[in-house]
Amino acid sequence: MTVPLLSIRDLHLRMSSFDGRAHVLNGINLTVNRGEIWGLVGESGCGKSLTGLSVSRLQPTPPAHYTAGEILLDGQDLLKLSPAQMQRLRGNRIGMIFQDPTTNLNPAFRIGEQLVDVALAAAQHDPAVMDCPPNASRHARRQAARKLAGEMLARVGIPNALARLDDYPHQFSGGMRQRVLIAMALIGRPDLLIADEPTTALDVSVQAQILELIKNSVKDFDMGVVLITHNLGVVAQTCSHVAVMYAGNIVESGPVAAVIGNPVHPYTRALMSAIPTRETKRGALRGLAGSVPNLIVPPPGCRFAPRCQFALPACVAAMPASVPVGDSHAVACIRATEMEALVDD
Amino acid sequence: MLHFILRRLLLLIPVIVGLTIIMFAIARLLPGDPVALAAGPNATQAEIAALAVEYGLDKPIWVQYGTYVSGLVHGDLGTSLLTRRPVAADIKAYLPATLELVFAAMFIAVVVGIPLGLVTAVWRNRWPDYLAQVGAIGAISMPRFFLGLLLQLCFAMWLMWLPLGGRLPIVVIPPRFVTGFLTIDSLIAGNWNAFFMSLRHLALPAIAMSLSPLATIMRMMRASTIEVMQQDYVMTARALGLPSRKIITKYVARNAVSATLTVIGLYFGWLLGGTVLVETVFDWPGLGLYATKAIVSQDMMPVIGVALVIGLLFVFANLVIDLLYGVINPKVRYS
Repeated sequence: MTVPLLSIRDLHLRMSSFDGRAHVLNGINLTVNRGEIWGLVGESGCGKSLTGLSVSRLQPTPPAHYTAGEILLDGQDLLKLSPAQMQRLRGNRIGMIFQDPTTNLNPAFRIGEQLVDVALAAAQHDPAVMDCPPNASRHARRQAARKLAGEMLARVGIPNALARLDDYPHQFSGGMRQRVLIAMALIGRPDLLIADEPTTALDVSVQAQILELIKNSVKDFDMGVVLITHNLGVVAQTCSHVAVMYAGNIVESGPVAAVIGNPVHPYTRALMSAIPTRETKRGALRGLAGSVPNLIVPPPGCRFAPRCQFALPACVAAMPASVPVGDSHAVACIRATEMEALVDD
Repeated sequence: MLHFILRRLLLLIPVIVGLTIIMFAIARLLPGDPVALAAGPNATQAEIAALAVEYGLDKPIWVQYGTYVSGLVHGDLGTSLLTRRPVAADIKAYLPATLELVFAAMFIAVVVGIPLGLVTAVWRNRWPDYLAQVGAIGAISMPRFFLGLLLQLCFAMWLMWLPLGGRLPIVVIPPRFVTGFLTIDSLIAGNWNAFFMSLRHLALPAIAMSLSPLATIMRMMRASTIEVMQQDYVMTARALGLPSRKIITKYVARNAVSATLTVIGLYFGWLLGGTVLVETVFDWPGLGLYATKAIVSQDMMPVIGVALVIGLLFVFANLVIDLLYGVINPKVRYS
């Protein structure tokens, strides 16, 4: 069997705060292969962004503290790397895109210059990034990086790319800025792209274009993608797989068609029923009662149990293990197998 | 761009009018008789009256103001009662010395203060930071003249590395007057000896003047650097593998400097008006000494002239700072 691109195994993360230590990631398991787009969904504070930041080790420690688990990139444990080794991987093996394109480009520099610097940093560790030998003159290397930057901009669909290299971020629209950021994330030819809510700040028509761009880039660059979002629509539109998170746990994961077509975990079902469809009658939209648990004193056993309508005494006794319910479709619920019958009643 | 500069230069007119009116009003309100003071202790009433007529001081204040303003249009700043020379000529002689001192002090403050602010922000809450913060508080709270005396005691008296005061030793022939800055003029003349001598004389007063702006610039830079380091684009730069050193010295530094620029402009004006004590301690023949002598003898024309020149320089300094904003922050330039 080949080594998966990214494999997160039983990752536990504690976060120190004034009120105490919160168990924000409580045993995350996730495997991403090349060519797969994994959607990581869940409500605010469920730990989906933290999982993304953990992979690129951008979450400062302290206050964060990894208590157990490993994050394997091509079999290499990222949690064991030194900051210098980690910096070499960023941009080069792992690319990242963030939520707000208006604040993620430096306003004081031309975008060409920002792209060139990222390309040069990546080429330092992987000369194949651009067609210029590493021992060439500074000028020649910058020239080559600039050429590459122009090509990348054109590739992400920015018209008149070469001329626009000399523009400042504020001269671009929000959607165009996100394209620039995607070009910046891809210029170092990463194997893994982590996109943290890349379309949340954009309007819907632009959102579709950006998602299409990410989808096409996966084919072009043979990457694996972790797409963090709270929007199930985005997942259905873009992803090949999905992992649903609740309060620091992945409660259900599998291929998009299986999870969305046949949700098993009560939380996933609740999420799905909160999406209005054309058949939904006025006033019929059901939300989920209760709120996210306090992670400093988490509820015993299954963290969803206090809000779950099917909860049994056994649910609060121990953390439910992940059980397979279909082809690579797994659910962390002790009543997973009987769920279909329960819902029909 | 040109439009912007012209608009800012038009702003000078109300500054000039306001300054002259205020200074004339103060001259009138002050007790004492400047003419009698200038005429000397043995002058007769008739001689004093003659002197007043000669300088137009017998006329009503608004007539004096009118005469002054019409002279101003031709670059005439009036005549000093004390030196009996045109104020414009006096200022031309003294201003370069002060400017040289202020520029040197601001140069030290910026060149040392900005990197120190960056470094202490990166190492915040560790011992180099604490050391710099304690030093900064000391530098801000210590009076400049006292600092000047300490520097003299240490470097001129005990160590004898640097001269006590003045701009050049008497034995060195000053270079031909071009800019009035002895360092630059001696370079223009190719006179290396005079250049090093003038630098040695400049060092202590410039350091004495520079410490409080240096400390303020450092603290401003530290605060804005810490703020910039929390911006999203710094996180993106780290996430895409830029080396931290490059992020700090290139990306963070430029964003942080623009917040510090305002302080630099304000300090420039503040130093211009506040050279008196340092000039006194170091026997530096500048505008501050000139203005102090004029104030003490109630010689109002030089006082008004100096206030005008400093006011104009202050406006210019802030204009330059505003233009620099555009260089550093493209958003300002385009809007």
